[in-house]
Amino acid sequence: MILWCIFAVMTAAAVLAVLWPLGRRRQKVGGGSDVAVYKDQLEEIDRDRATGLIGDVEAEAARLEVSRRLLAAAEKQRPTESIVATQRGLRLRRVAAVAVLLILPFGAPALYLALGSPNIAGEPAFARVKTPQGGESIASLVSQVEAHLAQDPNDATGWELIAPVYLKLGRFDDAVAARKKVLALGGETAKRRADLGEAEVAAANGVVTAEAKATFERARALDPHEAKAGYFLGLAAEQDGNADAAGSIWRTLLAEAPPNAPWAGFVRAALARLGQTTTVPGPSANDVAAAAKMTDDQRNDMIRGMVAGLESRLHDNGADVDGWLRLVRAYAVLGDRDKARNAAAEARRALADHPEEIKRVDDLVKGLGIES
Amino acid sequence: MIAELGHYALMLALGLSLIQSVMPIIGTRNNDVVLMSMAVPTALAQFAFVAMAFLALATCYVTSDFSVLNVYENSNSTMPLLYRFTSVWGNHEGSMMLWVSILTLFGALVAALGTNLPAKLKANALAVQAWIAAAFELFILITSNPFVRIANAPFQGRDLNPVLQDPGLAFHPPMLYLGYVGFSIVFSFAIAALLEGRIDAAWARFTRPWVLGAWMCLTLGIAGGSYWAYYELGWGGFWFWDPVENASLMPWLAGTALLHSAVVMEKRGALKVWTILLAIIAFSLSLIGTFLVRSGVLTSVHAFANDPRRGIFILAILICFIGGALALYAWRAPLLKQGGLFAPISREGALVFNNLFLTSACATVFVGTLYPLALEALTGDKISVGPPFFNLTFGPLFLPLLIAMPFGPLLGWKRGDLLAAAQRLLAATILAALAIAASFALQRNGPVLAPFGVGVAVFIMAGALVDLAERTMFLRIPPAAMLRRAIGLPRSAWGGAFAHFGIGVTLMGIVAVTAWGSERIAALKPGDNIDIAHFRLTFDGTFARPGPNYSDLVGHFTVRRTGGELLGAMEPSRRTFPARNMATTEAALMSRRLNQIYLSLGDPNPDGSVPVRLYFKPQVLMIWLGAVIMFIGGALSLSDRRLRVGAPRPAKVAALRVAAE
Repeated sequence: MILWCIFAVMTAAAVLAVLWPLGRRRQKVGGGSDVAVYKDQLEEIDRDRATGLIGDVEAEAARLEVSRRLLAAAEKQRPTESIVATQRGLRLRRVAAVAVLLILPFGAPALYLALGSPNIAGEPAFARVKTPQGGESIASLVSQVEAHLAQDPNDATGWELIAPVYLKLGRFDDAVAARKKVLALGGETAKRRADLGEAEVAAANGVVTAEAKATFERARALDPHEAKAGYFLGLAAEQDGNADAAGSIWRTLLAEAPPNAPWAGFVRAALARLGQTTTVPGPSANDVAAAAKMTDDQRNDMIRGMVAGLESRLHDNGADVDGWLRLVRAYAVLGDRDKARNAAAEARRALADHPEEIKRVDDLVKGLGIES
Repeated sequence: MIAELGHYALMLALGLSLIQSVMPIIGTRNNDVVLMSMAVPTALAQFAFVAMAFLALATCYVTSDFSVLNVYENSNSTMPLLYRFTSVWGNHEGSMMLWVSILTLFGALVAALGTNLPAKLKANALAVQAWIAAAFELFILITSNPFVRIANAPFQGRDLNPVLQDPGLAFHPPMLYLGYVGFSIVFSFAIAALLEGRIDAAWARFTRPWVLGAWMCLTLGIAGGSYWAYYELGWGGFWFWDPVENASLMPWLAGTALLHSAVVMEKRGALKVWTILLAIIAFSLSLIGTFLVRSGVLTSVHAFANDPRRGIFILAILICFIGGALALYAWRAPLLKQGGLFAPISREGALVFNNLFLTSACATVFVGTLYPLALEALTGDKISVGPPFFNLTFGPLFLPLLIAMPFGPLLGWKRGDLLAAAQRLLAATILAALAIAASFALQRNGPVLAPFGVGVAVFIMAGALVDLAERTMFLRIPPAAMLRRAIGLPRSAWGGAFAHFGIGVTLMGIVAVTAWGSERIAALKPGDNIDIAHFRLTFDGTFARPGPNYSDLVGHFTVRRTGGELLGAMEPSRRTFPARNMATTEAALMSRRLNQIYLSLGDPNPDGSVPVRLYFKPQVLMIWLGAVIMFIGGALSLSDRRLRVGAPRPAKVAALRVAAE
């Protein structure tokens, strides 16, 4: 409401400013004229002649030129008849006033209704830091911890505190960096290694990269019973197409698990998934196994082939939001940002009737940092 | 709420500009003083609302209000205050806001200060100014709206492009835009005169302060951009013939030509048609520059085609304004009476010579900048036109201009005496010859042409001094009388001499750096020495230094003369910005008089050595010093009392004008 009151005041000010001259009874025919300029030029010729910048004969000719212009200008300078009082003048004024009263108090608000967002409150970051509770407190806490770490970058506890938050916020690269800091500052333990690996996997969009695998192996070397590392090593085997190896790793993990281990259900779900790997749309175990033997180029070709297959399938059936998300992510992972963006744009078109799902696409695009 | 107020203020400004673009013209057509006078308060109100919108946006930036999409995308709450503020125009939407703010500022200045202008000229000019403002305000609201909001504000912004996190951003774009947009006023005056069908010598007098002001700002803006690129990009070049640079150089060339032809028009009533055309061209080139930089057409013709809305809109603005103005010109110009006769060898003739060469030079830059784009758009072939093209075309066109420059001010109006002028330049010629001989003697292994370049630069500088000496009758009359003459000399004469001298200074810097600069690239380990010119640098090692939103890897170098005398330390760095995962090079500069030692770091090698680029840049500061001298020349000329002539001079108004100028 306050907003609209201020708008009203602004509009009134604008209208007043414009109509001000219309309201005045007498108008002064203001403004300067050319005459003064030419008079000054005549003086200037004398000055130029004194300094020798113009010859005597030329000065005479120039003076003639300027005098001629001066006469012409003086001629034109007859006081302009003001037509303020005439009928025609009054009519023109009225038309002008009506135009002003249409454009400013109606045009501007109409435009604002179309483009403005009157219901979104401003959220300056500094004001937000002071909010003690609510959804935004995480962000302000993060920025407080970050500010603290910028001051004191050697505080291992601070890094350990913020790393899982980064992971939750989707800032995977920051999470990896924070985990590495913890390792460097706080000393190496199996758990810290495994946490680093987890962040590395997240940063690689869920793929257990060679680097992450090495990290988990190092963790297992430190503590052969490190469960998180065990789970991810199983996942690595599964992603390499070696379902048997994955299964045996996970079964061992379960066998060694203490009773009521919180992660046991998670591993069982993974084991259950192993049975389905060949039925979900995506690479079959054979494909992946074949991929392991290929050269990098061949493997890339195969991946691109699969992505193209997915894309053509989505063209036939655009309602598959998960498929679209997979496609966008795939292009982003392949480093083809333009195609990822295009795919996102197509997804938005195909899902035009489902704003909820478009939101998911947008979130992914933001998360991958590929918005144009 | 502040963002919404700004948004609404911009819409009111659009409404005001629509009113301002129509009413004054109806007024002049019907001789209705009341409607004509509506232009003044409307222009002032329009500026007030645009300024309000700009300040609202700036407030959102400074307070890091990430519920504004534009702020989220281009700012970050950890940045220092200066960059939180300058990032307002460090992006497309915000820089268009700056553009329009300056545009309406100029409109308001004409409205408030133009008391000496004939009423009709003023009303029409303000109306034309409002056309431009309306077009750009609409452009901002429809395609580049900086006030778009996000419902759930993100916690942190995505940071300003690290290359732009530099004090240069506070200076360069506003200066450049003051120049670009300053020409809009001259354009408006030209169109207003064409609409009225009356153009006379007084027109040139009325527009002169605006041309001068725009030219000064553009000069300083270009020089500032050049210095920024020099120290920020890390490889020590000061001009790259990059399309973005050319986009600012073209209006400068056209504006310089306009500045000179307007003098002829003002003094002699000649060159009217040509001057009006130049006024249109200068602003058209500013618009084209804006289009090139803002439409994305430069990154790639295809990037432009992918999101064509903005580009098409600017293109439409271009076609309307440039096409419309030229059509009006073609229709009205033949009606103008030519006046003022002069002989080929005369001050007027010299200024025509200046105009011919400046516009040809401008045309070569235009072709070199736009041809690759046109070719890519039509055939898909990508070519790049680089320094060799410009050196071969622009150089030869500029050389005669530079050599002829000292002659111009020494020639008389209407009919000059070239021989007498040459005799007066004898001292300058001798100095130039001495400079050539001296640089031949001193130069060890530079290009053969370099000493001649020095000669031309000395000739220009000495020529400017000769001009002043002639006018003050230096050494020919007693010093007291001379001083009186010097004080009595019109300030525009001082201004012209300063500006010409500045060109000579800049040329000297360019010649010296290109011919005698030296460069070393090496990978250094702590303790290593590296020699350049007569300096020896010792690499002491690297250390990390955290900043507010970045971290620096700093290399520490001790600088000595080859003889051993300690000169100081240099600390170039690699600056990493985590928010965008980008790094910039922060070069270290050490100035020794006008020379500079320039040092920048590469990424450290795995073996612990650090690659460095080391340059010795002789006389490099003269390049920008020259531009500053040109600016001072412009300011002197602007302060000339005669520019303000035209109205009875009430003391109050005069004081106000001085303050505003």
